[in-house]
Amino acid sequence: MGIIEYAVDFYSLLVKSYPIFIQATALTLRLTVAALGIGILIGLVFAMMKISKNRFFNAIADGYITVIRGTPLIVQIFWIYYGLAPIINVPAFWAASLALAVHNGAYIAEIFRGGIQSINRGQMEAARSVGMTYGLAMRRIVLPQAFKRCIPPLGNQFIIGLKDSSLAAFVTMPELFMTAMRRAANQPGNALEYYTIAGLYYLALVVVFAFLVKKLERRLDVD
Amino acid sequence: MIKVSKLNKHFGPLHVLKDVDMEVKAGEVVCLIGASGSGKSTLLRCINFLETAQSGEIYIEGRLIDRKKDDLNKIRQEVGMVFQLFNLFPHKTVLGNVIEAPVMVKKTPVKQATEEAMALLEKVGLADKARSYPSQLSGGQKQRVAIARALAMHPKIMLFDEPTSALDPELVGEVLTVMKKLVQEGMTMIVVTHEMAFAREVADWVVYMDEGRIVEVDRPSVIFGNPAHERTRVFLSRVLEPNAGVFGNQPPGNEVCNLCGCKIS
Ligand SMILES: Nc1ncnc2c1ncn2[C@@H]1O[C@H](COP(=O)(O)OP(=O)(O)O)[C@@H](O)[C@H]1O
Ligand SMILES: [Mg+2]
Repeated sequence: MGIIEYAVDFYSLLVKSYPIFIQATALTLRLTVAALGIGILIGLVFAMMKISKNRFFNAIADGYITVIRGTPLIVQIFWIYYGLAPIINVPAFWAASLALAVHNGAYIAEIFRGGIQSINRGQMEAARSVGMTYGLAMRRIVLPQAFKRCIPPLGNQFIIGLKDSSLAAFVTMPELFMTAMRRAANQPGNALEYYTIAGLYYLALVVVFAFLVKKLERRLDVD
Repeated sequence: MIKVSKLNKHFGPLHVLKDVDMEVKAGEVVCLIGASGSGKSTLLRCINFLETAQSGEIYIEGRLIDRKKDDLNKIRQEVGMVFQLFNLFPHKTVLGNVIEAPVMVKKTPVKQATEEAMALLEKVGLADKARSYPSQLSGGQKQRVAIARALAMHPKIMLFDEPTSALDPELVGEVLTVMKKLVQEGMTMIVVTHEMAFAREVADWVVYMDEGRIVEVDRPSVIFGNPAHERTRVFLSRVLEPNAGVFGNQPPGNEVCNLCGCKIS
């Protein structure tokens, strides 16, 4: 088979599978947005615990980050999907999102911690010196500046999170990767093509997202 | 107004403040002088409770402050502080810097806070910069905004930690002029400074610190004319020596301040 014929066949697979992959893309995006949204909240809480002067909070944050970074994401997904979800009785989508959020949260915590610590201590002191509480100074003065600096690494984490969401396929989510797996099982002759198609959808999402982050960075004039 | 009694501060093994006693009455201006590392900043930061002293007492308006029981945030509202490196909030405009605490801490309505802030900016000569960001200002302008920001909380006392040390020489005057205005208005102030001419002119008392101890406290005429302690004399002769000065006797271009080791930049 010549390269031209192969390209034509591939193109027709791409077009024919388009409706189902678009649906899957929507689910992948929803998973990613939910995971990163919750992950940012988790990350913020653990970053605050990590920089706190309270040893107990430090230990909890350290433990969480160590366990999450030290175990495979797929294991964490199984823990939450098969271990936790039946107990707290959440739907599959939220169990998968929560697992991805708990995972990304550990990395985001480190991103926030770095961002907060990169802000000159004088900012906190100036804020406290005019009578602001620690929390208010954090919220109004330190975090807005830190957050701006965190946008590039957060964008990076978002891209990693987007691709990692493919592991949600293993807990029944019909997202991009699951869709490719099902197609491949039905048409083993075109297995590789379907995985490639899924890859192309991820690639498109990443390219668009990276472009948006660049624009945001420029708009906020991130240094 | 403020009384410090037997204050001791350690940073690990380093004993930075040693039995420091100090009293500032309402309306008085006290200038704090001494070599780099003698504990001047630490003393100011303890008075503002940005640092915790290990022992000793701090009284504000006659009342002993208890770190555990008293609301330190409330106390800090009444003690304004101006830092060597300004520490303006870079993500807020000049006006935003000045109204931040009145609005967020005192819950002053934005309109009223803005009016008051504009009056303060007028006073420090920067009303036309209200909408600028700190990055668009010169060092002298930044420091004047920082003074306005502290004044916006209506503090009873103002602490200045080397407010002109980071400034180009030609910008020092504009900040000192604003500070003199505050003196004339009767503001109670503690000023850490290497500007001896300023200290001589406006201080009610000059305090000389060395290695964490207060060596000498007296009227400026005595300190600069005939100090009681040899150490004070040596320190001042180093600073005031005609062509030594603060940056004297060094190759031009990369002078390091003889007092505090800061660099001209
Ligand atoms: N946060 C800190 N941790 C450890 N040592 C400090 C800290 N702040 C100040 N010091 C030390 O305390 C001493 C006094 O410092 P400081 O009060 O800044 O002196 P000055 O303002 O008179 O130059 C110095 O030896 C300094 O290195
Ligand atoms: Mg100092």
